[in-house]
Amino acid sequence: MTDTERPTPRLVTRLLILVVAMFAFGFALVPIYDVMCKALGINGKTGGQYTQTQQVDDSRQVRVQFLATNNADMTWGFYPEAQEIVVHPGAVSEMLFVAQNPTSKAMTAQAIPSISPSTAAVYFHKTECFCFTQQMLQPGERIEMPVRFIVDRDLPKDVKHLTLAYTLFDITARMPPVVRPVAANGG
Amino acid sequence: MSAVIDDHGHEGHANGPAKGLMRWVLTTNHKDIGTLYLWFSFCMFLLGGSFAMVIRAELFQPGLQIVEPAFFNQMTTMHGLVMVFGAVMPAFVGLANWMIPLMIGAPDMALPRMNNFSFWLLPAAFLLLVSTLFTPGGGPNFGWTFYAPLSTTYAPESVTYFIFAIHLMGISSIMGAINVVATILNLRAPGMTLMKMPLFVWTWLITAFLLIAVMPVLAGCVTMMLMDIHFHTSFFSAAGGGDPVLFQHVFWFFGHPEVYIMILPAFGAVSSIIPAFSRKPLFGYTSMVYATASIAFLSFIVWAHHMFVVGIPLVGELFFMYATMLIAVPTGVKVFNWVSTMWQGELTFETPMLFAVAFVILFTIGGFSGLMLAIAPADFQYQDTYFVVAHFHYVLVPGAIFGIFASAYYWLPKWTGHMYDETLGKLHFWLSFIGMNMAFFPMHFVGLAGMPRRVPDYNLQFADFNMVSSIGAFTFGATQIFFLFIVIKTIRGGPPAPAKPWDGAEGLEWTVPSPAPYHTFVTPPDVSDREH
Repeated sequence: MTDTERPTPRLVTRLLILVVAMFAFGFALVPIYDVMCKALGINGKTGGQYTQTQQVDDSRQVRVQFLATNNADMTWGFYPEAQEIVVHPGAVSEMLFVAQNPTSKAMTAQAIPSISPSTAAVYFHKTECFCFTQQMLQPGERIEMPVRFIVDRDLPKDVKHLTLAYTLFDITARMPPVVRPVAANGG
Repeated sequence: MSAVIDDHGHEGHANGPAKGLMRWVLTTNHKDIGTLYLWFSFCMFLLGGSFAMVIRAELFQPGLQIVEPAFFNQMTTMHGLVMVFGAVMPAFVGLANWMIPLMIGAPDMALPRMNNFSFWLLPAAFLLLVSTLFTPGGGPNFGWTFYAPLSTTYAPESVTYFIFAIHLMGISSIMGAINVVATILNLRAPGMTLMKMPLFVWTWLITAFLLIAVMPVLAGCVTMMLMDIHFHTSFFSAAGGGDPVLFQHVFWFFGHPEVYIMILPAFGAVSSIIPAFSRKPLFGYTSMVYATASIAFLSFIVWAHHMFVVGIPLVGELFFMYATMLIAVPTGVKVFNWVSTMWQGELTFETPMLFAVAFVILFTIGGFSGLMLAIAPADFQYQDTYFVVAHFHYVLVPGAIFGIFASAYYWLPKWTGHMYDETLGKLHFWLSFIGMNMAFFPMHFVGLAGMPRRVPDYNLQFADFNMVSSIGAFTFGATQIFFLFIVIKTIRGGPPAPAKPWDGAEGLEWTVPSPAPYHTFVTPPDVSDREH
């Protein structure tokens, strides 16, 4: 019995450490999930800014479709200049999105991109995107926002059609815009 | 096996319970606390059941007639929360409190004061939760799975109370689980090796580890919700760089082990009851232990089968599909072991055995519909329909709840010192059995035909089956008031129960008199020569 003197406090301490570790693990799931999503393209999440260039593959064409959606309660006008373009893998392509604030107050918005099919997300590189920053629009202001992207040459052969979807969120409450006295018209 | 033995010799001044109400508030006695847990759980069972009655009354006919859709949503949510966290889990903790020390020859739980605290957190938690129904804006209305952003951005004001209630329940469950582990690992009577423990003790040991592993994750999940709602973080808000799908991963990482938390102790209880009324030892004891451990392990790697339609990659769908199907193997081992135990046994069908046999048959039906849901491509059709509702009610009602009823009838003579009325017990069983099947079996059909869950209205084509379901549910609900009557009748009187009222029963709990004295096994029994 000598080695089991007061085994209960020791056991309880160990179990409590396990409890704390599992609580921390719950929060660790957040970065783990982000890393997994980016690495495996789960959930259509795209990576950050892409700085490399690629050789253009003229022999292959991929249709890229654009979607612009307002999140619930968002009142901005938000749409791409074209519904769809055809690109060659490796080439840098550009599309303009238009945002317009029809309200009488300055607002801040954040666009969140998503790629479908989600397995293609890792093959879609953005060299420039309005989603990397927030947009602050004065009342009535309208802007054109570019997204430049490269569809990777290694895109699986069975993927012939990609959809880039943006959802625009109103984040005015979270990030109050700087109100300029004279609102600019047009952008 | 080593055990801590208090050898101060309490026999001389063994004291009974304190007098009055404070006995229950201050008690550290495992039997008192077990009783408190069981009564609390039964109250919550009736409360959650009354919410279900509201749901079934509204669904009795198509169209909206009794409650507002907003209130209907609160009823589905509160029914789930109260039944899972208030009825099923505390009932098993109550059974653990009462029976584990008696089964392993321990004088009490290892941490009696913490035991008292973990019980008394529960009424506080449920008072908070239920009070939300009376607040402006109403109670939680986002389903018991509380998916973000429905439970964050679009939640009623009362969601903060809900979060705090979940925190309290979580703390209570974790403390209860730590107590169970400490009791089982440190307080076993000399000679009671791990592989001699009754299966109820084994399944509870494994359940306790599941609780310790996943309840903190649930606490983390609701803490993230709290921060998203009040402190402008963006764990689950896409606008700030978070992801609502992350919520589902965190929730189901807790949620899937949780469903085994609600069934493993029932497996254990049934593994004591079936041998007792078959008058044969349990078939395949060792394989039962390993099957339970395998189920517990697998429960950690299958969570995404709840999320087949959110857009996980094909490889992920296949992994989670096959991992889920794999659970059928250890579960099948258990079912075959129970059937083999009954095979060529001298069977009698007293009420505990009736509930136990119904458990095996009906839980297996629920297991099979679970296998159907595990098939990822087919799940796209079943997702969020009444087929899912039918499935999880078949594993929870005749699974967890019949397991609890079987345990209650089996050990009621030990708890009260009286035999319950066998005729009334059998009547309770048959009404429950018929009511439950009438309520939930038609849900398979309307679910396969596409009736969505959590909606207060439905297409006319589902009218007849829904009416049958509602009548079954009312029958089942009313029958449980009858169960209350049977239990009170048994407490107040009845034929005196001998120490061992079931001739085929095995285990240390039958070596103490009935009703079990306030203090038992103050001197640990020697069980070196006993079988498990």
